Amino acid sequence: MSELLEIRGLTKAYPGVLANSDISFVLGSGEIHALLGENGAGKSTLVKAIYGLVRPDKGEMYVRGHLHEPTNPAAARAAGIAMVFQHFSLFEALTVAENIALGIKGGVPGPDLSQRVRDTANAYGLQLDPERRIGDLSAGERQRVEIVRCLLQSPRILIMDEPTSVLTPQEAETLFQTLRQLAAEGVGILYISHKLEEIRALCDTATILRGGRKVAECQPAELSAHALAELMIGIELTRPAPRLYIPGPVVLSFSGLEAPSPDPFGCPLRDIDLALHGGEVLGIAGVAGEGQDELMAAIAGEIRTAPTAITLEGRPIGGLGPAERRLLGLMSAPEQRIGHAAAGEMTLAENAFLTGRTRQRLTWNGMVRRSTTENFARAIIKRFDVRTTGVETEARALSGGNLQKFVIGREILQRPKVLVVNQPTWGVDALAASKIRTSLRDLAASGTAVMVISQDLDELREIADMIAVIARGRISPPQRNGALSNEEIGLLMEGRDAAHAVV
Amino acid sequence: MLSFEPRQGGPLTQIATPLLAVLATVLAGAVLFAFVGAAPLATLETIFVAPLTNPFQRSELLVKAAPLALIAIGLSFGFRAGVWNIGAEGQFILGALAGGAVGLAFWQVDGWWLLPLMSLAGMLAGFLWAMIPALLKVKTGANEILVSLMLVYVATNLLSALVAGPLRDPDGFNFPESRLFHDSATLPILVEGTRIHSGIPVVLLIGIGAWVLLSAHVFGFNVRLTGAAPRAARFAGVRPGAMVIVCLGLSGALAGLAGTFEAAGPAGQLTRDGIANNYGFTAIIVAFLGRLHPLGILLGALALAVTEIGGEGAQVVHGLPAAATDVFQGLLLFFLLAFDTGTRYRIRVATRRTA
Repeated sequence: MSELLEIRGLTKAYPGVLANSDISFVLGSGEIHALLGENGAGKSTLVKAIYGLVRPDKGEMYVRGHLHEPTNPAAARAAGIAMVFQHFSLFEALTVAENIALGIKGGVPGPDLSQRVRDTANAYGLQLDPERRIGDLSAGERQRVEIVRCLLQSPRILIMDEPTSVLTPQEAETLFQTLRQLAAEGVGILYISHKLEEIRALCDTATILRGGRKVAECQPAELSAHALAELMIGIELTRPAPRLYIPGPVVLSFSGLEAPSPDPFGCPLRDIDLALHGGEVLGIAGVAGEGQDELMAAIAGEIRTAPTAITLEGRPIGGLGPAERRLLGLMSAPEQRIGHAAAGEMTLAENAFLTGRTRQRLTWNGMVRRSTTENFARAIIKRFDVRTTGVETEARALSGGNLQKFVIGREILQRPKVLVVNQPTWGVDALAASKIRTSLRDLAASGTAVMVISQDLDELREIADMIAVIARGRISPPQRNGALSNEEIGLLMEGRDAAHAVV
Repeated sequence: MLSFEPRQGGPLTQIATPLLAVLATVLAGAVLFAFVGAAPLATLETIFVAPLTNPFQRSELLVKAAPLALIAIGLSFGFRAGVWNIGAEGQFILGALAGGAVGLAFWQVDGWWLLPLMSLAGMLAGFLWAMIPALLKVKTGANEILVSLMLVYVATNLLSALVAGPLRDPDGFNFPESRLFHDSATLPILVEGTRIHSGIPVVLLIGIGAWVLLSAHVFGFNVRLTGAAPRAARFAGVRPGAMVIVCLGLSGALAGLAGTFEAAGPAGQLTRDGIANNYGFTAIIVAFLGRLHPLGILLGALALAVTEIGGEGAQVVHGLPAAATDVFQGLLLFFLLAFDTGTRYRIRVATRRTA
């Protein structure tokens, strides 16, 4: 195994934070090397330096023995480095071939290019039709477009940033095969992820980062996921104890719920029938963009539906607005923290008022009851261990984990009958994530009906009693957690019927 | 290529930027005067110092600042929530017309109730005029900036037509002017020998009321929330359509009230030149100069009143063109927005990226 890329003592500081501190590692030819760390550990800064998007303050990089000092991504590509980003840069109105042509120097769409795309895709077992429009493709197919675009440039080093967050388990397995094939051909792959199981299954080596420093290098297959997680966060984690599942009466139910999407490329909800019981955690699995945002909007009351399509304790609420629903005990926490669940430029007290105003009686004759509101915010901060200087702090000054604790705590403290959360631990550090999961379980144990929408199947496996799958705006019938295999869930994520497909 | 990176400014920059903008305007103005052949220092003295030292001009400051502040306070709510009413001038004219028409309808009828009735009529007219862009925005998505702005020209022509037709003074030798309002339809003068009228303390009260509304009332919270994070506002239960209607309606009503005050106060009758004097546009600058804050707006209105009065003085004393005042106010807005951008973003010349 010869050296493809060597990083020596790389350091990069941003005002107030040391993103990378003296990081060194070696990527060999044919090696799949994981960069493992929590959000904010410095993974992104490191690969951005390699890809020429960030200039390091100190340290050297060598590509096949030559000093590598890229000033822009074009220079990095010239050195044989390609990168597939977590967020795709594709034009939805153009075809696959046209998008690929745009990303290649001197690329012209036409039969030649289409044939090359087809050949490359086939050579790596990726199904891709060059003439289809991006807007019609699933997230997994879009990722294939990005990968093929990279492969057409015959890279020696391929950087993959959180590639499986948008994939079903089957799609992820296809991706792994492609990556193993590339490695067998001598390509070195830098694989960024925080999903431990897939790193154990795929990667030869792992560099573990914490707080901008390299804390360990290991062979992930030889360690347990639990041990990797503890290396990653630097403390011991406790797992929630298993619990008896005793569902109470139906609290929230949907019957024939239909809702259009406010986003032209969104996913309308179609004919959803679902019942949520008191005391249970219902997990809604699914890859991104399959109707989760629309479901959330329909539940919160941002989209109104037919009144009887949603009922809370038998009462039709589909036509009610968000404030009225909260008054009845239906609380929610959307995925996007800043700008949706909270206003970044407003203080924590004001953000506590945002959803607490009616149920917590924070108004008096139309005026904001300031001290009551501040007490409510203080209670959230204390009870959910939100690290902040006080209720006058702006929400955007909090870390992702702390703000998420605040947002979810704000809803839990209002004693909801139903709490619906979308991506509760997305972009949240492991310690906060573990606290949030525990508090959701505790809430269900106290009799509240909890619905967790998440793209992280491991998370749902950990906390959900029942699991249903959302795909193309429909939701499959819930099953006991554990009754469905990952493969069956994967088929449901693709919008197929597991029972039929398995046979 | 320039790149803009957000940065945080303290409360000090909130106050510092308007002051810096005024300073830059003064400097740029001096250069401008030198170019058109006026003595820079003497002209600046006429524009900025004379209105503060001359007792009559000092009283005129309040007379000019009152309508500017009243309109700007109304506009500030919408501007915070991202509702852009650019047509306050039209709502102002409609308010003057409706209030004035009520005053004329009860010509020579005495009663304490007439002025309140005129004020209500003016507010209603401004409100209804603002409802045109509001409803078009909510029902069809029509851009409220364009619709409200276009309606200014409709309002101006309506004013011309009415003072030359139905509202014309029957004894006025066919001049396009209404009768002079009688005493019951005229705002009482508070200070002998000046034009300080009883509408001015009303503006002050409204300013304080708006401050309470913005900082302590649920409506003010919803306005600030909508401006800070529109999606979070929807999540909190604020209906975007209702926000458009309330913000445009409020600014329309206050502009209409300002119009009535102008007609029943300094103008004393309805004429095209007496009413359509661009207060509705100048108030936009006042709103931003005052940081969209009711108390800041009261100060901002005084500052703009200085340039209005000083500009008139400069026309008389130094023979500057009337457009010089407009250029001056334009410069002020320009510098204000430029310094705002400078404090809110770190501006860098970015190296070209080929991603």
